[in-house]
Amino acid sequence: MKPAPFDYLRVHSIDEAIAALAEHDDAVILAGGQSLVPMLNFRLASPGLLIDINRISDLARIGVTPDGLTLGALVRWHELESSTVVARHNPLLQYAVRHIAHYQIRNRGTVGGSSAHADPAAEFPAVALACDAIFSLRSARGTRTVTAADFFRGALETALEPGEMLVAIQFPAWPVRRGWGFEEFARRAGDFALAGAIVLLDYDADGVCADASLVSFGAGDRALRLTRAEECLRGIRLTVGALTEAARIAAEDCEPKSDMHAPAEYRSALLETLMLRALNAAAAPDRRTVA
Amino acid sequence: MTSITVQVNGRAESHDVEPRLTFADFLRHTLRLTGTHVGCEHGVCGACTVLVDGKAVRSCLMFAVQADGCEVVTVEGLAPDGELSPLQQAFRRHHALQCGFCTPGMLITAQALIDSEPDLTEERVRDVLSGNICRCTGYVPIVAAVLDAAASGDRKR
Repeated sequence: MKPAPFDYLRVHSIDEAIAALAEHDDAVILAGGQSLVPMLNFRLASPGLLIDINRISDLARIGVTPDGLTLGALVRWHELESSTVVARHNPLLQYAVRHIAHYQIRNRGTVGGSSAHADPAAEFPAVALACDAIFSLRSARGTRTVTAADFFRGALETALEPGEMLVAIQFPAWPVRRGWGFEEFARRAGDFALAGAIVLLDYDADGVCADASLVSFGAGDRALRLTRAEECLRGIRLTVGALTEAARIAAEDCEPKSDMHAPAEYRSALLETLMLRALNAAAAPDRRTVA
Repeated sequence: MTSITVQVNGRAESHDVEPRLTFADFLRHTLRLTGTHVGCEHGVCGACTVLVDGKAVRSCLMFAVQADGCEVVTVEGLAPDGELSPLQQAFRRHHALQCGFCTPGMLITAQALIDSEPDLTEERVRDVLSGNICRCTGYVPIVAAVLDAAASGDRKR
């Protein structure tokens, strides 16, 4: 199992990378390689040129501003896992990263690579969607930004156009009163989840749920925002009944498919259970952050 | 062909490589360091794990050209003088290997863990070793060996 021949170019700046992308229409960006290299080895992908961005240090930064947390596309999972900055500014992200693949893969895999690969069961795209993250895309034509909802188009499909590269992902500032929950189920630690659920609940000063963000992953062709379930939580004081109903509606609105790992019915049932657990976690007083 | 220089187990190795040569194949075929094993070639089994600049990574998921200028430790580097390292001795004491195919990856991963994290728990060892597949011993003796080596205090390889 060896990749087909390709040319290799190591670049040291974003400008160099996008110039190379503009010049070669069969080029792909090589970041951590933890999704791309298996595809090359299986010959599911056979680009003419790999543009290696691993030595662009500008892309490897974690930045904090009043607007939120900015991750360069080359930030690796193990950095997020151990970052005190991330723990403070997005505890959900840090918790979710611990569920991504395995130790060795987290040492090398990047936020940009996972996003550009867009596996339907991947954790990071789901977290980005739940948090309304903004994706910055650069090309020879300039920079544009797209929301997570617009970036992820389907299984292994993104808004990236030919000649464009993902350079950064910005997570909006974590609100003052927010509870969060993250649940997934995989048959073995580190495997892609059969299904997963993410919940953010924002409260006003009186403890009323002001906003809700519910996301499923691994149960459709991409992570899904479950807006109907979100709607029934907004503006109320949360009760066991309301959370149970939201989980039921959330599962109803997912579109899991049967595959070799699990039938669709199983995934729906699993999703309802995981969503309820995530809702309960997000509603629990100890999961509410007060910044 | 691209010219690269890599520090492998303390020795500078300079070679011309084709871009598509995986780092695992470079170690085994070019350098004849066959201690690094290649199982699945798509990042699932962990047998090819080596240290690149101190981090345990899968050598089948990077290319030799990418290792240019890096410092690398393979399983051969754990016992440079032919003496088993404390971790390797613990593997022997606990019968933590049978066929030995997964062992190089287990040793490198466990050594990286022991070197970087004090106070290891069984849960943490199991979580980290979930990225290495063993098809014969089961994981009980392997986990016991890692915990034993970590607790022995002699962390040096």
